[in-house]
Amino acid sequence: MKLSVKSLIGLKELSRQEIEFILDQSASFKEINYRPIKKVPTLRGKTIINLFIEPSTRTRTSFEIAGKRLSADVINFSAAQSSLTKGETLSDTARNLEAMKPDLIIVRSQSAGVPEMLSRTVSTPVINAGDGFHEHPTQGLLDLFTVKEHKKRVSGLNLLIVGDIRHSRVARSDIYGFSKLGADVTVVGPATMIPPGIEELGCKVSYQLDPLIPEADVIMMLRIQLERGSGNFFPSTREYSRFYGLNLKRLGRAKKDVLIMHPGPVNRGVELSPEVADSNFSVILDQVENGVAVRMALLYLFCGGADEASA
Amino acid sequence: MEKGRSGMSRTKKIMDAEAIRRALFRIAHEILERNKGVDDLVLIGIRRGGENIATRLAKIIKEIEGKPVPCGFMDITMYRDDLYHQSHQPEVHKTSVNFSVEGKVVVLVDDVLFTGRTIRAAMDAIIDLGRPRSVQLAVLIDRGHREFPIRPDFVGRNIPTARTDLIEVVVDPKGKEDRVDLIESEEAKGKE
Amino acid sequence: MKLVLRGGRLVDPSQKIDARRDILIENGKVRAVLKPKEKVSGAKEINVSGLVIAPGLIDIHTHLREPGYEYKETIATGALAAVYGGFTSIACMPNTDPVNDSASITEYIIRRGQSAGFARVYPIGAISKGSRGEELSEMASLVESGAVGFSDDGKPVMNADLMRRALEYVKGFDKPIISHCEDLNLTASGVMNESVVSTELGLPGVPSASEEVMVARDIILAGYTKSRIHLAHLSTRGSIELVRMAKERGVKVTCESCPHYFILTQDAVKQSGYDPDTKVNPPLRSEDDREAIIEALADGTIDVIASDHAPHNSAVKEVEFPVAASGISGLETSLALSLRLVREKRLSLSRLIELMSVNPARILGLNAGTLKPGSPADITVIDLEKKWKVSARNFKSLGKNTAFDGWALIGKAVMVFIDGREIKLE
Repeated sequence: MKLSVKSLIGLKELSRQEIEFILDQSASFKEINYRPIKKVPTLRGKTIINLFIEPSTRTRTSFEIAGKRLSADVINFSAAQSSLTKGETLSDTARNLEAMKPDLIIVRSQSAGVPEMLSRTVSTPVINAGDGFHEHPTQGLLDLFTVKEHKKRVSGLNLLIVGDIRHSRVARSDIYGFSKLGADVTVVGPATMIPPGIEELGCKVSYQLDPLIPEADVIMMLRIQLERGSGNFFPSTREYSRFYGLNLKRLGRAKKDVLIMHPGPVNRGVELSPEVADSNFSVILDQVENGVAVRMALLYLFCGGADEASA
Repeated sequence: MEKGRSGMSRTKKIMDAEAIRRALFRIAHEILERNKGVDDLVLIGIRRGGENIATRLAKIIKEIEGKPVPCGFMDITMYRDDLYHQSHQPEVHKTSVNFSVEGKVVVLVDDVLFTGRTIRAAMDAIIDLGRPRSVQLAVLIDRGHREFPIRPDFVGRNIPTARTDLIEVVVDPKGKEDRVDLIESEEAKGKE
Repeated sequence: MKLVLRGGRLVDPSQKIDARRDILIENGKVRAVLKPKEKVSGAKEINVSGLVIAPGLIDIHTHLREPGYEYKETIATGALAAVYGGFTSIACMPNTDPVNDSASITEYIIRRGQSAGFARVYPIGAISKGSRGEELSEMASLVESGAVGFSDDGKPVMNADLMRRALEYVKGFDKPIISHCEDLNLTASGVMNESVVSTELGLPGVPSASEEVMVARDIILAGYTKSRIHLAHLSTRGSIELVRMAKERGVKVTCESCPHYFILTQDAVKQSGYDPDTKVNPPLRSEDDREAIIEALADGTIDVIASDHAPHNSAVKEVEFPVAASGISGLETSLALSLRLVREKRLSLSRLIELMSVNPARILGLNAGTLKPGSPADITVIDLEKKWKVSARNFKSLGKNTAFDGWALIGKAVMVFIDGREIKLE
C-alpha cells in the first residue's frame, strides 16, 4: 500500500485503511525483537536524524533502537533550545539538516507545528515524535497495536482517556486513531483540563470518572504535568488522585478484562496507585515493547521508495 | 498478477494438480534420500510462494518416514536488494520459525527459482536466525535466467522461459486447485 | 506655487462631499474646492481623472521601533512605508528602547520624522514610566513636547487604580489614553484564539474574555472619571457590544480595529500550517467576531481603522509559532484591504475615509482629516481600480512579516501630498 502522505505529522491525516496497514506491518517487525540477532539489513545505509528539541529519553531511545535494528545510522540531535534562543530561523535549521542528506527526520518539539513546517521546507520525510499539545502519532499507533493485540479488535471497544486532555498530544492522537478504527472514545477529567471543542475531534466528554468505569474496556491514564507548576488547573495532586486516579477500589468495579494503559512515565500515586501500575490489568510495559515494533514499521514505510518527492 | 504489457499473451498449462502431486512426492523422497532421513532436518518455506509447498512437503515426509519434520515460514522482504527501487515499500509479512536452525540442515522451499536474488536474501535471513549445518534448496519450478550463482538441489520441473514471460504457480494445502501456468508475452516472441 | 488636482472624485466627509471636484492648493494649504473645469490662472495642473481625492489618511496605531530596535524598522523606513500605504500622518507607539516616557525621546522622534521627510510622525507617549505599569509618566511634559496621546501598548495597564489616575490626569490636556485591552492572567501562555481550532492545533489559547474584561473595566473607569478613552485593536464581538452599550450611555469611548481582524480569522493559522505571520496580539478570532467587526465599522461603533503596523525581523518571526513575535507589517496593505469592504458594499467610500482620516484626526486632535479651504494640503489620491500583488520582499518597510504575502488586491494610493508637496509613489 502506498501511503498518501510523505510525512507522518498526525493520525488526523491517515485513513482507517492506512492505520490498519501500519498496525499489520508492525506485527511483522515485532518478531525481529525476539531473535538472538535483533537486526535486519532493511535500512542499511540510511541516515535517520533524531531531532529532539524537547528532551525525552524514552521516545528517543525507542526510535534509536528501532532504527538500529533495521541497520540504519541513527544520529541524535538534542537541541534543548528553540530556534529563537539560538537566533536561527526554523527554515535555516531545516535546510542545514537537509544539506546533510538524511533519509528521514524524526522531530519532537514543545511547539506545535514544527514537524509540519519542517516537512514543508525540506524534501526529507518527517516523523512527528510529539509537537506541543498537537499530536503524538507514533504513541497513538502503539496504543492501538497494544489494544488490538490483547482484544483482537478495536471496533466497538469503549475507551476512556483520563487526565489533562487540554495539554495532551497523546490524547488527541488516541482520539483520532481509536475513533477511526471504530472505538467509542470518552475523555475524562476536571473541566479545567478539557479543551473547548474536543468533541469535534471524535469523542465524548465527562467530568466524572466513576460512572464510566464499569463499561470501560480500555482505560488510558495520562500523566499529570506536575512540573507545570503554574496554571490553576487543579488545586492539588491529592484532590486529583482522589477523584481521577486509578486505585484498586476503582479497578474493582471495572470489567475483569479491562486494559490499563499509560504513555509513561507514570506518576505513581497520582494517576495510578502502585498496586494498579504493577497489576495484571496494566499493559504499560507491552506499550513500550510495541513502541519499538511500531516505530520499526514506520521507519521502514517512511524511509523508502524511489520516488522521494511524492507528497 | 499483472497482465503482459502488450494486449496479446498466451497461457500454456505446464503442470496440473496430478503432475504437481507427483513432483512433490519425488522431491520429498529425494530430500530424504540425500539426507538419510529426517534427523536434524528442517523445512523453511519462503513467503509467499513457498509456504504451501513446504507444508505439503512436510506432510508427505511425515507420511513416508512416520516422523514429523519441523516446518517454518520466512518473509525475506526485509532482506531484498531491490527495496527503494520501487515507488513505495513492499508489504512485509510475518516470519514464523519456531525452532532453532542451529546445526540443522535447512531445506529452503520456494515455488519458482528465477534470478536467484530471493534465495540470496533468504540465505542472509537464515544466518540471522542462527548457524545451520548446511542449506539446501528445493523448488517446484526452475525457469532459468540466473543473475546470481545459485543452484537448486531439488527441482520439480525445469521450464525454459523468455525473460519477460510470467510463471503462475498455485499450490494450496489440499491440492485441489493446483496448477502451474506459463504466460508468454508477445514481445518475448519477437526477441527469440 | 499654485497647484490644481484636476478631474478627480473628491470624497471628504468633513464637508459632506462625494462628487467630481477639483482642488486648488497654494502655499501648502487647500485654497479652494473647485467645480470641475473651473479655471485657475497660473496654476500647475495635475491630472487625477478616474482617481479619488481624499483628506490625507492617518494611521493612529503603528510601531516604528526607533529608538532601540532599528533592525526591525526605523522612523524613516516606517514613514516611507506609510506614504506608500497612502498615509500622510502616522502616530507611533512608545514601546521603543528606551520607552518613550520623556520629553527628550518624544522630541527625538519628532525630529527624526521631520528629517525623513515622508509621512508626518506623531509620537504617542507612555502612560507609565517605562511602561512598567507602576507610576504615571510625565504626561503633561510629553504633551508639551508633542505627544498626541498616551498608551502602554504592547502591554495592558493591569493596575486599575493606575488607569483610573491616568484617565483623570489627562483631563487637564485633552489627549486620549489609548488602551491595549488584555488581562495578562487570562491570556496566560495563549498564542492564538481559544477555540476548537486551538484545541485541534494543540496551541495554548487566549480566551476572548481576556480582551473583553479589560474593555469593560476601561469603559467603566472612563465613565466614572468622566474622561475619554480610546480602545486599541478590538477583535471580538463581546468587545464591540460593550462599546456599543457604552456609547449609548454617553461614555466618551472611541475605538479602533485592524484589517487583519476584519479580513482573516483563526482558520488562517490552521490553513497556513502554523505560519507565524498569522500570529498577532490580540489573536485572529472567529468568523462571528469578524462579522461583528464589519458591522461595527459600518454602524459607527468602531471609529477608526488602524494598521497596528508591527514590523519584525526574521530572527524573531520565522521561528516556532508559540515563541514567535506577534504582529503584521501592515502599513502598505491597510488601505487596499479596507477597500475590500467598500467593494463588497459593506462600507461606503465616505465611511471608509471617516474611519481612516476624519476620525483619527479628531481623536488625536490633529489639524488634519479634512480638505476644507484653509486646511493643510495633506491629500491622498487613490486609484480604486488598480490591481496589484502584495510582495513582502518589496515592502518599503523593513518588516516583511505579513499574512497577506502574494495576495492579489485592488486599490492603491498613487499619490500623496503633504503640506502641498507631492510625494511620488512608483
